[in-house]
Amino acid sequence: MTLRRLILARLLDLLVVLVCVSIIVFFMIRLIPGDAVAIMLGANTEVTPERIAELRARIGLDQPILVQYAGWVGKALAGDFGTSLWTGRPVIQEIGAHVWPTLQLTVLSLIIGAGLAVPTGVLMARLRGRFADGAMRVVTVAGLTIPSFWLGIVMILALATFAPSVQALGYVPFSQDPVGNITRLVLPAFALALPILANLSRLVRSAMLDSLGQDYIRTARAKGASERSVMYKHALRNALIPFITSVGIMTGYLLGGAIVVEQVFAIPGLGRLILGAIAERNYPLLQATILVVTCGFVVVNFVVDLLYLAIDPRVRA
Amino acid sequence: MRDLLRHRLLLFAALFVAVQGLMAVFATWVAPYDPLQQNVIARLKGPSAAHWLGTDQFGRDILSRIIHGWQASLAVSLGAVLSALLVGGTLGLVAAYYRGWTDRIVMRAMDVLFAFPVLLLAIGIVAVLGPRSSTAAVAIGIVYIPIFARLLRGPALVICESDYVTGARAIGAGDGRIIFLHVLPNLASVVLVQTSLLLSAAILVEASLSFLGLGTQPPTPSLGLMLSEGRNVLMISPWSAIFSGFAILLLAFGLTLLGDALRDTLDPRLRGTP
Repeated sequence: MTLRRLILARLLDLLVVLVCVSIIVFFMIRLIPGDAVAIMLGANTEVTPERIAELRARIGLDQPILVQYAGWVGKALAGDFGTSLWTGRPVIQEIGAHVWPTLQLTVLSLIIGAGLAVPTGVLMARLRGRFADGAMRVVTVAGLTIPSFWLGIVMILALATFAPSVQALGYVPFSQDPVGNITRLVLPAFALALPILANLSRLVRSAMLDSLGQDYIRTARAKGASERSVMYKHALRNALIPFITSVGIMTGYLLGGAIVVEQVFAIPGLGRLILGAIAERNYPLLQATILVVTCGFVVVNFVVDLLYLAIDPRVRA
Repeated sequence: MRDLLRHRLLLFAALFVAVQGLMAVFATWVAPYDPLQQNVIARLKGPSAAHWLGTDQFGRDILSRIIHGWQASLAVSLGAVLSALLVGGTLGLVAAYYRGWTDRIVMRAMDVLFAFPVLLLAIGIVAVLGPRSSTAAVAIGIVYIPIFARLLRGPALVICESDYVTGARAIGAGDGRIIFLHVLPNLASVVLVQTSLLLSAAILVEASLSFLGLGTQPPTPSLGLMLSEGRNVLMISPWSAIFSGFAILLLAFGLTLLGDALRDTLDPRLRGTP
């Protein structure tokens, strides 16, 4: 198969997955036991049949289900997810107002986790022996399983005890105060990144150990390449493919984990939006947020897939 | 079995998990206090001889709540992972055995479920079904179905090609008999390793959901809930938050280490892979 046909096939896959995701998200809300409309109304107004009928008509619940779905998707594609039931603001604006902190947190965590994983993994590949193996395993497994929200709380506690003057909670936009923005995000990003760091450095280590035994490494050494060049130029390249695939999957973990870590550090991101929507039973907002985040994740994995095609010539063969 | 136990790491991990598991199962007898018993006088106390890990904002014994919290965590996670194994595993086996359209449709459905970020989908499901520990279990179970399906399909494809499956078919064994009697037993090591690893991940997801108020509801002792309650009194008395989070870590750590060690022991080719 040529590269172009492969890319087209992946694109088709992407479309099918996106359509199915939208169907699931659309019908999820309909599984709510009882009358969702009455529940939505019940939170702050008196529930009367007229009000229910009025809201039903407003959301379009009085139409056939396929018509509803088509209308919903059509509007969503144009960026129209309706208006938030409580604030009256367009849902897309609500999402836009909350998406940046989460995006920034996710990207920063990815940079910290993936960036530190390479040197850590290379270092770990150099350490051999029974004791080092055992110690590294225990440390990486601990890193993998530390609850990031707990780590965040412990960090806040430590900071409040040892450096009470440092402001670690909340969020300020980068455009307003770049230094304050970064200093507030570093701790949550690190808490979120630790499991990724542990996972990826293990991956780098095992791929390095794998390739260090290969003939081409011996050849590189024989031609007099420096140890540094052998490690980073020859052995590490082998680790790149599983590394990039994992980074794609990690994005999903990060987007989910960010929801929790944001709560710990009082960051007004998508996590706050989603939890607020659940608490207020603001289902259209919840629906739209889940759809947007999931589509973002699907597209990231699609890009990773394409990268994979670009890097590994074997996939194309 | 003796062969397995020769490995020290595996032995250590198994013991580590077994101790916590037994304490969880026999929580009522192991815990020094009733986890719900309030004591207004002894509120927010640090560790002492009477309360080894201190008391929370209602004067409840933190150690007792942690032991009962382990029970709640394990119950939700085990229920979720075993259901996911049953449903996802069966789907993966069926896809591998019948191939063709069955395979394509089943695995495409799994791809779609897999397209959601794990915690986000779990949160969405809990939001729809209502926050309870049982719905948290259902949510985690659904999220893990595609993972088991994918994990079992790959190796099952290889086994379905083998001579003994062809042989079984030749002597007239039925599909169900072949799948569950001839294919499944050969996947035992994959199942064992992944169940342990995913159980560890499920513990963390359950704790996250409870932390967000979307899992186990008060006053039932739950580690995630304790952490979130402890956070409110963090600067006055950090013990509840510190110890409950550490208890989550211990449980998840033991299970991941166990899965890791099992993988090394059962499949030496995979040694050291993450």
